Amino acid sequence: MIRFILRRLVLAFAVFLIVVTVSFLLTRLSGDLAVSIAGPNATAEDVATVRARYGFDRPLPVQFAVWFGNLLHGDLGTSYLYREPVADLLAKRLPVTLTLGAVGLVLAVLVGVPLGIAAAVANGSVWDRLIGLVGLVGQAMPSFWLALLMMIWVGVYWQLLPISGLDDWQGYVMPGIVLAASSVPVLMRLTRAGMVEALASDYVRTARAKGLSWASVLLKHALRNAAMPVVTVAAVQFGFMLGGSVVIESIFALHGMGFLAWEAISKGDFAVVQAVVLLLATIFILLTLIADLLNALIDPRLRIA
Amino acid sequence: MSGRLTPSAKAALVIGGSVLGATVLLALLAPWIAPHDPFLQNLDQRLAPPFWAEGSLSGHPLGTDQLGRDYLSRLLYGARISLLIGAVTVILSGMIGVGLGMAGGYAGGWLDDAVMIVVTCRLSIPLILVALTVVALTGTSLVVVMLTLGLLLWERFAVVARTTTMQVRHREFIEAARLCGASLPHILLREVLPNILPHLVVVMTLELAIAILLEAALSFLGLGVPPPLPSWGLMIAEARDQMFFMPWVITIPGVALFTLVLAINILGDGLRDLVAGGHAR
Amino acid sequence: MSVLAVQDLRVGFRDGTLAVRGISLDLGHGETLGLVGESGCGKSVTSLAVMGLLARGAARTAAGIRLAGEDIARASERRMAQLRGDRIAMIFQEPMTSLNPAYTVGDQLSEVYRRHRGAGRLQARDRAADLLARVGIANPGLRLAQYPHELSGGLRQRVMIAMALMCEPDVLIADEPTTALDVTVQAQILRLLQDLQKETGLAILLITHDLGVVARMADRVSVMYAGEIVESGTAEALFGRPMHPYTRGLLDSIPVPGKLRPGDQLKAIPGTVPRITAAFRGCGFRDRCGLADRGCEDTIMPREEGPQHRYLCRLSSELQGQAS
Repeated sequence: MIRFILRRLVLAFAVFLIVVTVSFLLTRLSGDLAVSIAGPNATAEDVATVRARYGFDRPLPVQFAVWFGNLLHGDLGTSYLYREPVADLLAKRLPVTLTLGAVGLVLAVLVGVPLGIAAAVANGSVWDRLIGLVGLVGQAMPSFWLALLMMIWVGVYWQLLPISGLDDWQGYVMPGIVLAASSVPVLMRLTRAGMVEALASDYVRTARAKGLSWASVLLKHALRNAAMPVVTVAAVQFGFMLGGSVVIESIFALHGMGFLAWEAISKGDFAVVQAVVLLLATIFILLTLIADLLNALIDPRLRIA
Repeated sequence: MSGRLTPSAKAALVIGGSVLGATVLLALLAPWIAPHDPFLQNLDQRLAPPFWAEGSLSGHPLGTDQLGRDYLSRLLYGARISLLIGAVTVILSGMIGVGLGMAGGYAGGWLDDAVMIVVTCRLSIPLILVALTVVALTGTSLVVVMLTLGLLLWERFAVVARTTTMQVRHREFIEAARLCGASLPHILLREVLPNILPHLVVVMTLELAIAILLEAALSFLGLGVPPPLPSWGLMIAEARDQMFFMPWVITIPGVALFTLVLAINILGDGLRDLVAGGHAR
Repeated sequence: MSVLAVQDLRVGFRDGTLAVRGISLDLGHGETLGLVGESGCGKSVTSLAVMGLLARGAARTAAGIRLAGEDIARASERRMAQLRGDRIAMIFQEPMTSLNPAYTVGDQLSEVYRRHRGAGRLQARDRAADLLARVGIANPGLRLAQYPHELSGGLRQRVMIAMALMCEPDVLIADEPTTALDVTVQAQILRLLQDLQKETGLAILLITHDLGVVARMADRVSVMYAGEIVESGTAEALFGRPMHPYTRGLLDSIPVPGKLRPGDQLKAIPGTVPRITAAFRGCGFRDRCGLADRGCEDTIMPREEGPQHRYLCRLSSELQGQAS
């Protein structure tokens, strides 16, 4: 168990270091930052001033060392748009995005896992096909389009939910559904595959021979063994949802981290962009790490490896 | 193989294949079948509704957009953009991913570990955010979108190529080729690749669908295909102001996008069954 | 008085195959009945049909399945679930995969007792420890907290037996209980089943392809072929005077120590079990039988060779008569 955790930690740290480097290089290599920051009307002199002020004139390794040193102290730079430390900005905006992601994940699991179980139980029948079709539709639905459709019908025509902003919890519902829609098919298919395998297994036959109730056979004996890949993928999907918040938050005007990133990208505020990329990647790494540890709890066989 | 195919898998291949085929055909023939120039503005005929609604104009069966451009023509030309970007992205990401995956899967050892770390890194990086950033920094253009997506969407190719390569690595015919003194490139390209290709084709359909969706999302956010090109995502973005009054302005391009992606996914499901020998659904 | 009486059990699959074609079994208190046959002859389907555990796509009919007097052939799934694990229990061939990898041995043992006896957690755990001790597992306290993958195959099969006996059932169906185990462990497990039977009066339906196991364990034997019982009788009668050519073939195909000289070949029965559909008439063994003629394509009437010794062959007695 200890060795397993150590190996996972080392791997996660290696990935983290690479991601740090990539998010640094991302903004330095894909264009001249000084030109972007100085704006379209800047003179060559202005650009030079900006370049000197942000240290862009120094060699890349030096820039990286300075940036990384600051990072270790929790200094993510300053947003030139908001004239505020990036770390403070993120701290303010992150809760909205995390809440949105959590709503999306909970909805996706609540819909996707039961549908997957139902499809596995009905394996091969009309119901199974129908559920598979629902999955295909969800997979093909462009999320930004679904968001607009919901705004038109659910928001404006039927007036069921607010179409933008976050005056109360209702503001999270529509964006949450849109985020969940793309994850439902993934979770559903995975749950179905795992459950089909588990239901055909010898231990489920044993459980039935013991006279256990159908619920116990299904939810205790089969689901536990089908759950492992689902847990991993649910964690991954949560990461994707946080990334997808860029699109969803900008459509629904939710002032979370995705909206901040969207603004920062379109206005050239690259200290913020960099920090958001890094933060999302770090969250993702932590999520997969947690998922692996959770799996070790679910499946005792993993604990020895 | 096809003899054992289940009816639903057969139906998936036929339906998905024919819708995708029809879209490709329409896209190729767009210059000849489009009723109008997709870029031609006519400010007198702005926002004409489609044929089923009242007040529709003859000659504009799907209506016109906010600049009076024919919606059907733009839709047809939009198919070209979706398919072009999808295809180029899949080719580029396929080469990167399959190269990495086969290298790791065939060599094993530290190289395999390195490939897995690179794949994990790629998965950790938020896709849309990075794509948006790169496009914002390098400027919106068709080529930039294709390159960006191609450089980002390879991880599934890598994972599948790696696993399948590992499965065939120790089969007799590979060992035999090695004993006959075949060169490494020969073994990888002539012996391994043909055997893992069916699995890669399934991934290709999946990635094609994802690339088309992502292009639409980037264009929708204004950091993809630049106007006045008729990308479906861009059409939806441009029509957004009118959507509460005339929902068809966003439903028409949206339905086109949804149908194309759905068809590709259905085709992919059918292909997966074909590869699995028709056992799985 | 029998604790399990199966009358005219039939099982068919969706594709038209008849896996079980009207078999009857009778199992008394404290008795062991061996159900013998090659793989694919319908033994396992029979046991699953009795338990009500057939997979989807398989249909069962029976004139009656009486478990301790109660007809369970038409019992609801709910009633069957109450009886399974309580009055009738089952152990399987693969102890490696038959236990759930995700739960401890203690948890999987306790849940039977809690389900059928409404026992509390502690009570069920004590019972589980008792049973582990009774199936000869040392240090039950430790084993209860372990997961299946931490146990050897023999230990797992002991756990399976303990699990089956948690509620002191009337009937235990043992489907190839020792096939997957080492020879020395096999002997231990068989001895254990015999001891437990003596203690509790358990009736055992022992399903196996291994005549050695049957000879050692069974009071009575039923030989199954292509979904039918082709011969049944006391173990003594059946092994002493096998009447059906298939039974003889099975007996000839086991090596007998001392009788087999180097260079001798074991006799194997040529061919495999055929697929039988509703249109099939006559003897299912005729294609593999050295005696068969055109008459074997008609319906075969059962014959008797002494009390309780029945067989399904129209030619065998004459042959037997000629030989003696």
